[in-house]
Amino acid sequence: MTKVIIDGKTFEVEEGLSIIQACEDSGVEIPRFCYHERLSVAGNCRMCLVDIEDSRGMSPKPVASCAVPISEGLIIHTKTDRVKSAREGIMEFLLINHPLDCPICDQGGECDLQDQSVAYGYGASRYEQDKRSVENKDMGPFIKTEMTRCIHCTRCVRFSSEVTGADEIGAIGRGRDMEITTYLDNAVQSELSGNVIDLCPVGALTSKPYAFSARPWELKHTESIDVMDAVGSNIRIDTKGNKVMRVLPRVNEEVNEEWISDKTRFFSDGLGLQRIDRPYLKENGKLKEVSWEKAINVLSNKLLSSKPEEVASISGDLPSIESVYSLKKLMNFIGSPNIECREDGSKISGNRERWLFNSKFSGIEESDGCLLIGTNPRYEAALINSRILRKSKESNYSIGLLGKENQLNYGYNFLGEDPRTINDLISGSHAFCSKLKTMNKPIMIIGQGALTGNSGEDFLNLCIKLASKYNFLRHDWNGFNVLHNVASRPGAMEVGFLPESGGRNLDQILEGCNDGKISTLFLLGADEVVLGDTSDCFVVYLGHHGDNGAHQADLILPSPAFNEQNGLYLNTEGRVQESVRATFPVGDAKEDWEIVSMISKKMNLDFQINSFDELRDEIFKSFPDLKKFDQCILGSLPKEMKNQNIKKHKFCNAVENFWLTNSITRSSKILCDRNQFLAHEALEN
Amino acid sequence: MTIKRLDINQPNSFSFSNGDLKVINKIIQNYPEGRKQSAVVPSLYIAQKRAGGWLPEKAILKVSEILEMPKIRVLEIASFYSMFNLKPTGDYFIQVCGTTPCWLRGSDHIKKACSELIGDEGEVSGNRISWLEVECLGACVNAPAVQINEDYYEDLNYENMINLINNIKDKKTIKIGSQIGRRSSEPKKVEKDNA
Repeated sequence: MTKVIIDGKTFEVEEGLSIIQACEDSGVEIPRFCYHERLSVAGNCRMCLVDIEDSRGMSPKPVASCAVPISEGLIIHTKTDRVKSAREGIMEFLLINHPLDCPICDQGGECDLQDQSVAYGYGASRYEQDKRSVENKDMGPFIKTEMTRCIHCTRCVRFSSEVTGADEIGAIGRGRDMEITTYLDNAVQSELSGNVIDLCPVGALTSKPYAFSARPWELKHTESIDVMDAVGSNIRIDTKGNKVMRVLPRVNEEVNEEWISDKTRFFSDGLGLQRIDRPYLKENGKLKEVSWEKAINVLSNKLLSSKPEEVASISGDLPSIESVYSLKKLMNFIGSPNIECREDGSKISGNRERWLFNSKFSGIEESDGCLLIGTNPRYEAALINSRILRKSKESNYSIGLLGKENQLNYGYNFLGEDPRTINDLISGSHAFCSKLKTMNKPIMIIGQGALTGNSGEDFLNLCIKLASKYNFLRHDWNGFNVLHNVASRPGAMEVGFLPESGGRNLDQILEGCNDGKISTLFLLGADEVVLGDTSDCFVVYLGHHGDNGAHQADLILPSPAFNEQNGLYLNTEGRVQESVRATFPVGDAKEDWEIVSMISKKMNLDFQINSFDELRDEIFKSFPDLKKFDQCILGSLPKEMKNQNIKKHKFCNAVENFWLTNSITRSSKILCDRNQFLAHEALEN
Repeated sequence: MTIKRLDINQPNSFSFSNGDLKVINKIIQNYPEGRKQSAVVPSLYIAQKRAGGWLPEKAILKVSEILEMPKIRVLEIASFYSMFNLKPTGDYFIQVCGTTPCWLRGSDHIKKACSELIGDEGEVSGNRISWLEVECLGACVNAPAVQINEDYYEDLNYENMINLINNIKDKKTIKIGSQIGRRSSEPKKVEKDNA
């Protein structure tokens, strides 16, 4: 600890901090524009000037507090007249070329420049000449630019190079002619680009989809979590009335730091499109609106007339633990063993440690090497990719990729696309083994693309074998990580939404649908399964969007989207988090547990779910670990298993198209546009 | 200073000669492994020479490829330094110093001569001459001075500048250095006395 004296008060702060960090920790506010905790120090806005005093006396001129480290006994003055006038001067300079168009600027009300000019500014400008104006840049469909407002803090430039790794944004020209731009006005391609909107301290980079639609003080904020991927980013959903206006990140150091992916940021318009608001029943090949009563009637008659083993259910990408649990309960009471949550055909099973990100995301920080197997983290979990990118910049950090070759924005050793190479890695005959041997805390990240197909489980066993061969698994370090790409899966795995003994797995269910062995199939928000000719299978879709699942359904039961109900989710590292209701469900939608309860009542089954709280209590009783909110529930070290035949194993891409991965994103006009846009650019180049 | 942008008219291709590549590789060797980017300024300079005095986009791309740098970073550097030209220059590229000492000694007259005989600043004339006002050439003692391609021409005034440009136009040989017969920067009077 280091002792510093700030404005006459003594504080003990951590060693090695800069002055601005020390002041922050001690609760003294210092205005800033270019400084950002998560980016490198640029020191170019000069707004954070303070006076310092050491044994040699007062500093001859104010210093930039973001760029000067503290030393023992340093005296910092933040309220002297000189500091005050320095801030006023800087503010006046910054405003020289800044248009005063706050009334028409989307940043208004949450603008650093606006706030700080009120708090630290001079109040008037002495500048009488012409202001400079800058052409707006086209940065693609997400980012709206108004470059005249730019104060050249270069946060976006540093973000683009340090967090996304894509190095797309830069500052060309110099001095008065400096301009922030992308190379030849190309659209920003990164999956994290939307974060520059939050980073921009002024209104130069704002959200294009959100433009001119609301003012920050009109919005209701709901703190929730994101389900677009399995990272479980902490988000704030901003609503106006019953409409989600925008999604912003919340800080959670252990999960998303303070970033979110563009998919998370811009899916919200999909919540208002293609919604299922009433029950529908297919009669004579056409879907017709029916009442809830009739729908449940038809369904329970169908269920009563089918044998238990003829009923199956598949859960999809988005349902919460409560939804999955209540459907599982229904299936149990009906007596059907055919339940499946691995909608992509992945073969994970068994104890938690066999399908969780055991090192946690924070483990990436600690690791000294990384082996990616059958995964494209950039698409499957963009924020994890950003963490690996940060590590990749350290010298001696080596990354190996066994799987499909992809642009990950950092360099890696490509070990080939053949899964059988893992045998060479285990035997030690592969060239990369020399690097694996030197790693003390390596992590292995296995994507779902490596675990599909019949030999998926065998391959997972081989991965565990490889992990125990090197330092991945030690009593004090668990670097064996399975990466999920859908939000619902880890939670569904935890409550055991998996084939029970004698039950059919995904392939067998689909086969059963085609050969008549399955007569009723529940799709709980499952939009990725493609049924073949299912003429004699009665498909029930519980969900909120008219997407693939609903297109194949004979009966559609509307249920709320994740932001319209409370629900628990487990992210890929086993962290229990709660998604919170931000808006009300549309139309007649009923929560999944209510639907299950109605079916159970109609069928006279021996269980009732009377309220959501009751359901949750029941879940907590059966799965007490889920009570540990915001903690990771992890298993022990995974053990080797014998079965290891991977002769015909192949890798596939778990996420082919980053932008359109689930029913909400496919309904979102913004994300569809973005997808089209990329396809268009690819053609042009 | 004007805003520097890539020129609208771009050549279809750009390539370094083998000799250029050898030089660039040698420059890269000056830096530790993995620090290729340090060679960006000299590489761009070589590219500028190869492309005929300016940097087309293809040259910037080529340099970013060779040095494994993001292209925007190379563009940043090319647009930052005033000695990189992003617009075509003439075969005779006259850089007129306009910084204070030269300005005091009449660089305005030099600029006037240039615009009269060549045309607008930054534009290439019919006979492949172009001129640009630049910052200090470091030849203040012999102000005003201009740089034509790689050589300095000093002690100029309106008349001898006109003369100089006319000689270039007529493909006559022109005298490098002082245009009033000074050998270096000795006082003019002393020169007379000695003579």
